[in-house]
Amino acid sequence: MAVQLELLKRIPYFSDLDLAELESIRKLIFEKTADRAEMISLEGEPADDLYFVASGVVKVFKTSAEGKEQILSILRPGESFNDVPIFDGGPNPVSVQAMGPVLLYQIKRNDMGAVLRNHPQVALNVIKVLATRVRDLVSLVENLSFRHVISRVARILLEHIGGETDRKPRLTQQEMAAMAGTVREVVGRSLKALEEEGAIKLDRHRIIITDKGALMKIMEVSS
Amino acid sequence: VAEVPVLNTRKCDGCGLCVGVCHLNALAIADNIVTIVETVECDWCADCEAVCPTGAISCPFEIILQEP
Repeated sequence: MAVQLELLKRIPYFSDLDLAELESIRKLIFEKTADRAEMISLEGEPADDLYFVASGVVKVFKTSAEGKEQILSILRPGESFNDVPIFDGGPNPVSVQAMGPVLLYQIKRNDMGAVLRNHPQVALNVIKVLATRVRDLVSLVENLSFRHVISRVARILLEHIGGETDRKPRLTQQEMAAMAGTVREVVGRSLKALEEEGAIKLDRHRIIITDKGALMKIMEVSS
Repeated sequence: VAEVPVLNTRKCDGCGLCVGVCHLNALAIADNIVTIVETVECDWCADCEAVCPTGAISCPFEIILQEP
């Protein structure tokens, strides 16, 4: 299938371009598909192509030495990845994996350089997109004072224990994040950490507190 | 009754991102609105909730204390 002009127009890097400009850029773009769970980029590896999500969703994450995954962002149609290694020439700082079947638009590093030189509006768009991304990452750094968050999540769980006679509202990870003053990704990681510490058990739609004492101890760590 | 994610069809814009990420193929778009086609298997991975751009799907947790 040919690269769709309509999809190209929705990519923030290519906004405010006229049709002739988009046509010339389209000629430099290739399609790539990936299946669910397929790794598209690997942390530490060099990268030669910039990618845009045309359809589907990918996750951008880092993996710790112990194998723990920290999701940095979830990218939806229009959003790009591999920008950092493409623009600074260094290794990829993150890994990217398809969360379902995805269609990607791919442009080679040299071709992207030519686009930037020939279409100054694209350069302005790139600056804006990267500035927004820096803002998001600064916010995530703020939220990753992890030990504090885990104790706040422990407190939320203890305050929302429901029972047969005392029904409490169910909580989504997003709601827990709002209560803990953090983001959903950090709550997900906190819940996994609490499970590893034996304080809770995640059982489908239930969070079972298996060791209330341990959870209370974690809660008491300065939050 | 099998537990399934909560859908807020008023918020759904029919983008279908949730359908693509559901590894159990439990979701579909019908008449431009998300719907659940398979209710038995949901393992509450909450990927659908994570990718939904409009907040139309949520996977709320019940928090319970295990009796000693």
